[in-house]
Amino acid sequence: MNNQHITIVSFGHFESFFLNRIAREVSLVTNCPVKIKDGHIDLSDFYEPSRRQYDGNKILKQIDTIYSTESYRTIGLFNVDLFVPILTFIFGQAYLNGITGIVSVYRLSNERYNIAPDENILLERTIKEVVHELGHTLGLIHCHTPTCVMRSSTYVEDLDQKGAGFCSNCLDLLKERMV
Amino acid sequence: MTKKISILVVDDEESVRDSLYNWFVEDGYRVECADSAKMALSILESDNFDIVLADIKMPGMDGLEMLKLIKALEKDIIVIVMTAFATVDTAVQALKDGAFDYVTKPFDPDDLSHLVRNASKQISLAGENEALKQKVATLESVEDLIGKSDAMQSVLRQVESVAQSNTSVIITGESGTGKELIARAIHANSPRKFFPLVSVHCGALTESLLESELFGHEKGAFTGALYNRKGRFEMADSGTIFLDEIATISPKMQVELLRVLETKSFIRVGGNKEIKSDFRVICATNKDLKIMVQTGAFREDLFYRLNVVNIHVPPLRERAGDIPILVEYFIKKYCNSMNKPPVTIDPSALKRLEEFKFPGNIRELENMIERAIVIGNGKRIYLRDLPIESSLIDSSIESLDENEKNHIALILNKYSWNISRAAKALNIDRVTLYNKIKKYDLKRSEK
Repeated sequence: MNNQHITIVSFGHFESFFLNRIAREVSLVTNCPVKIKDGHIDLSDFYEPSRRQYDGNKILKQIDTIYSTESYRTIGLFNVDLFVPILTFIFGQAYLNGITGIVSVYRLSNERYNIAPDENILLERTIKEVVHELGHTLGLIHCHTPTCVMRSSTYVEDLDQKGAGFCSNCLDLLKERMV
Repeated sequence: MTKKISILVVDDEESVRDSLYNWFVEDGYRVECADSAKMALSILESDNFDIVLADIKMPGMDGLEMLKLIKALEKDIIVIVMTAFATVDTAVQALKDGAFDYVTKPFDPDDLSHLVRNASKQISLAGENEALKQKVATLESVEDLIGKSDAMQSVLRQVESVAQSNTSVIITGESGTGKELIARAIHANSPRKFFPLVSVHCGALTESLLESELFGHEKGAFTGALYNRKGRFEMADSGTIFLDEIATISPKMQVELLRVLETKSFIRVGGNKEIKSDFRVICATNKDLKIMVQTGAFREDLFYRLNVVNIHVPPLRERAGDIPILVEYFIKKYCNSMNKPPVTIDPSALKRLEEFKFPGNIRELENMIERAIVIGNGKRIYLRDLPIESSLIDSSIESLDENEKNHIALILNKYSWNISRAAKALNIDRVTLYNKIKKYDLKRSEK
């Protein structure tokens, strides 16, 4: 990737250690500097009381409008439960071939599934999800290679099974698009 | 994914269209959206889609109405209907009208992926099925029925005309003439060709075994009946049953068979449930069933039930002109199966084959060629490679005079009716040969 940086904008409270680890790992995988930034939007505007969730489509649009001009790619990081109208929940989403994506850690933690907390697993899952959404902004679609980070994941178990890096095919596509 | 699956999303809510669009595009599908049923139908008139994902509740034309119109337009499109308000009635109606599936909004992400993956699988299977059907249809279904002779051409014409009907057929002919191939050709050219052709060799089974084989049996019906088992009539449902050596079945089985043919239903051995099966019956025999009817060995009513159409396959000796192309066919067949380079046949060996009577018919010729390819030098089949000399005496001829007549005719033909050379070869004097020619009324065949 080129020398411009990727920005991860955090909305809500995240430990700085957690954010720095994500930045470092994402930078290694994408070969692009990653900056961390605090973001502020009024999430109540996106709350859907009937579903007790936050509208991912609207949030993505808002982040794209406010934050996307600042960097090469922008990922908004949230800790609220996101949905899109047609799906019960999403881990994250992005504009394909766009600049912006969003990721929520809400359904990535073990506690959500009544399993003992594990910070390392949460970190790994978040890194994979951030890299996955970045891949979409770079034009990559879902990949069938089991270990590729671009493999579609609808459950945390799927996330745990795949790796954090791109497969050789996706890397080749990325190189073509980076030229 | 070999072909990019295309999806048309139809929903009046923009947020739903956008969500589905993003989801499917990220999965690598070609996606388009329509905000109404009217717009969707207009898009479908000009573009092809594999899957339509449509909301039921839409202003104007609803999803169920659109489903009927889409199915009338293109029955192979997979339509998945979705609604926020699920009721059993609408779900049942949608499925009755041809919907592939019915889902309630919002979906679990995994369910959506599975749904579309299953639909994609269905599309690819339907494509494969169509391709296979075309392949089967283009196959030369009577490829093994070789023969340019008038006798064989007449058989082929009968096969073609009888194949399209549903009538019973009896194929008669000597052993080894290829009666089963005729049955296969009839089945392969019939509307039943995509369903099974089930063969039963009646002569190889005892009465009780044949009964169990034809009708099936229930668990515990007899010692060794450990499981329920389908019978051949049941297996042949929608297809054809071929009963070879029909003349060998016992009087009891003849009664049973007649009843099944009349009712197209039967009961498994040891069972009490009536089973129906839609099959076509083709029989074969090397016996003269008419004579058997006259002698009381075969039921007359069963004979008339089976003998709607009779195809007689001529013995090879009556179509000796087909021998060269049969030889060529078997050489190719066995060289291929044995992975050997193609061999040729020496003209004298071929001539000898053309003169041979072949009591075992095509099966005997085929075995001869197979043997010759196995033991030959791998380049050319010579007379010495054929087991003809040892079988010179035609087993169907028992009289010494008849054998002498045939042998003299053979030698005369071999030496083009040169009396001196033929007499020398026969180790008799010319006068004796003339006497024999006169005695047996041998005549030189005109060329």
